[in-house]
Amino acid sequence: MQFPIISFIVFTPAAAAAIIFMLPGERKTEIRVTALAAAAFALILSLWLYFSYNIASGGYQFKEQYNWLPSMGISYFVGIDGLSAPLVLLTGIVMLTGVLISWKLDDRPREFFAFLFILATGVFGVFVSLDLFMLFFFYEIAVFPMYLLIGIWGSKETREYAAMKLTLYLFIGSVVSLVGALAMYFQADATLGKLTFNMLELEKAGFSVSFQQLWFPFVFMGFAVLGGIFPFHNWSPDGHVAAPTAVSMFHAGVLMKLGAFAALRVGVMLLPEGAKAHMWWIILLALVNVVYGAFIASVQKDFKYVIGFSSVSHMGLVMLGFATLNKDGMMGAGLQMFSHGVMTALFFAVVGMVYDQAHTREIPKLGGFAQKMPWAMVCFVIAGLVSMGMPGFSGFIAEFPIFMGAWQASSWIAIIAAVSIVVTASYIIRVIRNVFFGTMPAEMASHIHDISTLDKVALVSLSIFLVGIGIYPSLMVPMVESGVQNILRLLGGA
Amino acid sequence: MSAELLDSLQAIFPEIMVLILIGLVLLFDALWTEEQRRNLGWLTFGGILLIMAASLAVVHPSQQGTLYWGRMVSLDWTGLLFKMLILFGAAITVLLGMDVENLGKKGEFYTLMLVSVIGMMLMASAYDLVMLFLAIETTSIPLYILAGFMHGDDKSTESGFKYLFFGALTSAIMLYGFSILFGIVGSTNLYDLSMAMQFKNMSPALLLGTFLLILVGFSFKISVVPLHFWAPDVYEGAPTPVAGYLSTASKAAGFAVLMRVVYTLYSQVGFNWALLISVIAVFSMTLGNFLALTQKNIKRLLAYSSIAHAGYILIGFVAVSQLGITSIVFYLGAYLLTNLAAFGAVTIFSRIVGSDEISAYAGLSRRAPVLAFAMLVSFLSLAGMPPLGGFVAKIWVFAAALKEGILWLVVIGVLNSIVGLYYYLRVLNVIYHHRSDTENQPLPISTPNAIALIVLSIGIVLVGVFFAPFFNWSVLAASGWF
Repeated sequence: MQFPIISFIVFTPAAAAAIIFMLPGERKTEIRVTALAAAAFALILSLWLYFSYNIASGGYQFKEQYNWLPSMGISYFVGIDGLSAPLVLLTGIVMLTGVLISWKLDDRPREFFAFLFILATGVFGVFVSLDLFMLFFFYEIAVFPMYLLIGIWGSKETREYAAMKLTLYLFIGSVVSLVGALAMYFQADATLGKLTFNMLELEKAGFSVSFQQLWFPFVFMGFAVLGGIFPFHNWSPDGHVAAPTAVSMFHAGVLMKLGAFAALRVGVMLLPEGAKAHMWWIILLALVNVVYGAFIASVQKDFKYVIGFSSVSHMGLVMLGFATLNKDGMMGAGLQMFSHGVMTALFFAVVGMVYDQAHTREIPKLGGFAQKMPWAMVCFVIAGLVSMGMPGFSGFIAEFPIFMGAWQASSWIAIIAAVSIVVTASYIIRVIRNVFFGTMPAEMASHIHDISTLDKVALVSLSIFLVGIGIYPSLMVPMVESGVQNILRLLGGA
Repeated sequence: MSAELLDSLQAIFPEIMVLILIGLVLLFDALWTEEQRRNLGWLTFGGILLIMAASLAVVHPSQQGTLYWGRMVSLDWTGLLFKMLILFGAAITVLLGMDVENLGKKGEFYTLMLVSVIGMMLMASAYDLVMLFLAIETTSIPLYILAGFMHGDDKSTESGFKYLFFGALTSAIMLYGFSILFGIVGSTNLYDLSMAMQFKNMSPALLLGTFLLILVGFSFKISVVPLHFWAPDVYEGAPTPVAGYLSTASKAAGFAVLMRVVYTLYSQVGFNWALLISVIAVFSMTLGNFLALTQKNIKRLLAYSSIAHAGYILIGFVAVSQLGITSIVFYLGAYLLTNLAAFGAVTIFSRIVGSDEISAYAGLSRRAPVLAFAMLVSFLSLAGMPPLGGFVAKIWVFAAALKEGILWLVVIGVLNSIVGLYYYLRVLNVIYHHRSDTENQPLPISTPNAIALIVLSIGIVLVGVFFAPFFNWSVLAASGWF
């Protein structure tokens, strides 16, 4: 039997969480080291998984399947394809950098890391699951710890409100999808002649067109709430702003991908006819995300809200890409999930570093940080360039195909969506100018100093991925392409 | 002894054993001093565990069930599994009650608990209306006393009285329904009755009348709308472990009776009772959840939540299918663990702090991380979050109804579970996010309470993650039906 690498990745954070819980709360250094070790281990395994995926043969690889409840067709069934492998890697990266960034966190680090790692297990679990029941199981595990993480360690003013809002939004979304999933489950019983949650079998269930058209909106929208789709995006910026830095990184970097990914995996892949019937209004909603999100971001005064709404805008691009249902659009969306995940994690990390020292996120009150924290500035500029879709950075590799795909669907979609590029450039440049350049207010200049070495390590490692993919796209493009081929096959070669 | 007698004894083996245990408790109650009497708790707890093990070893029901003792008692898997649930619930309740003032050192507490256990176990296997009525009364009378156990406390006295009044009233109405059935058919045996209802041409109006009368009694037991209103007052006033017991084991026994009587007698009749029960389910869920939103006392909150949960279980009930029964049994099991854990945590908290107000829980996660975590686990399980028992249980209940095409009811259930999440989170919000001045004071947990809490927490996670064996047992309970 092959080494069960996926299970190791999924359960490493959970095991670490259990160990951390058992350590005494005051042994803070041991707790941090354990967390770091576990995160490093998970990242190494995800890198290994990523690079040992055989692109030529494609499909789902490293599959593991164990009985869970055979009589009801539930199994623990995991595997990765070209779409999920980058996302597993992304989770590994964000997890490690998140631990590095949170090193200084002093209020109950034991609970913090334990909850963060439970969340990480849930995220890994969703990305690799090939069983619909299991997907829901891990989906909820990934969502709930946010409530505690934001509520306990978030910023005081809004945390209770934001935590509750986020949890309720996401719970509503997931139960709506769940009803759709159960409908599929029983419908497949009729067509396949057996009860199964196995998604590879459900793909072949041959649901009738009317069934697919009926249920697709529920399943898709339920998950897309977590992807931040308009008009259900509202929880997301509030959540970002209230959350502590590492949690914002997870939230925007990974969790929102979870929603988009699940909407694709369960909505589009299991109900392809439904996707074809409903693609136009999803494109429309995603378009609103892209343009409206960018405009809202550009009028924000709070540093973190700018990034929060930019996530809404960029996640709109992801869903726009999926909704085109053509090869270019979906490839771009797949790449954008990774690129945006790393980029936004980097953004939030820098925002957190600035806030920790300045104690304000009001952009007009900030300035001149480039002199004090040059590393943070350079990395933020790199992320900014990615965000604008500048060639040579991963953002270009991701967004260009999305616009190509959108053009193929209809030229006016691409034209409208392209407005966002300009707006994005304007607010990113404005933020860079106001925060990092200009003169620092005198009362800040005295106590602001450079970021720690661990912070630099985190920022640089995130930047490496952004630049690496940008100048050498073959690292990821063929991989995502093989994943997209699989979806196109389900869509009937559309 | 003849083989036949042995078989007959098998049918009531757990009841006999509990009776012996009662004798032991009474004996030691007389022998021991006041201080030693706390050990009656260990005796009862250990005794119940032994009885559970022995019963599983000795009792072997057949697939379809067999009737014994003049066809009054049925020996089947449904009954056996419900008996295990009830025994387990009682064992945990005893552990929780051991250190409660004016409760744990009194032999009466343990004796009354055990008598009610006998009643509940007979409820789970009664196959005759007379037997059933006796079992219900054997259960209820000790519970009336237990609810009002704290003499000095006005709320407890009120609780006991309220429970007694409404219990007696609904019992009488139910008995009236029973007597009409006997009057028409001339038998009290469920099998005879069902045959008569199926093949004799009986007036639908009369059948509906008896159904409604009987339903009054059962609705009281499982605390669903419109006979739910006693629950908050009774739970609030009763000693906390007893409230937990009322909301779990007693409810489970009520559902066992509801399933047996309604499915056996009314499955073939001409009126649509399933619709009626669906309406009850909708009102229980909605009313329970919405009234829980505004509660300030945690026991009242849990009372309204338990009304809502009875509503969820009824969703599985109206599916009238194998999967439906499976889901009910599974749900009751998961709910028993979860709600006992919640009430257990409340018991421990109020014993030290002396308050049941939700606001008093501020800072608990810093003051007693383990207790807070147990509350987190139980409340999330009540809300239906994985990897906890409540999640899987809810899925099966919804699935059972969806399979029978009752989509509208599932939608209402799903909407309700969102409301539910909100107020469970409100409590967790206070526990985890609020601070208080007392958060540095220790909050010691006694050994029996700790054992109970650990067993329940582990159980909730086990049922939520490795649910296959529990599900298969539930399937076994459903195997004799339809």
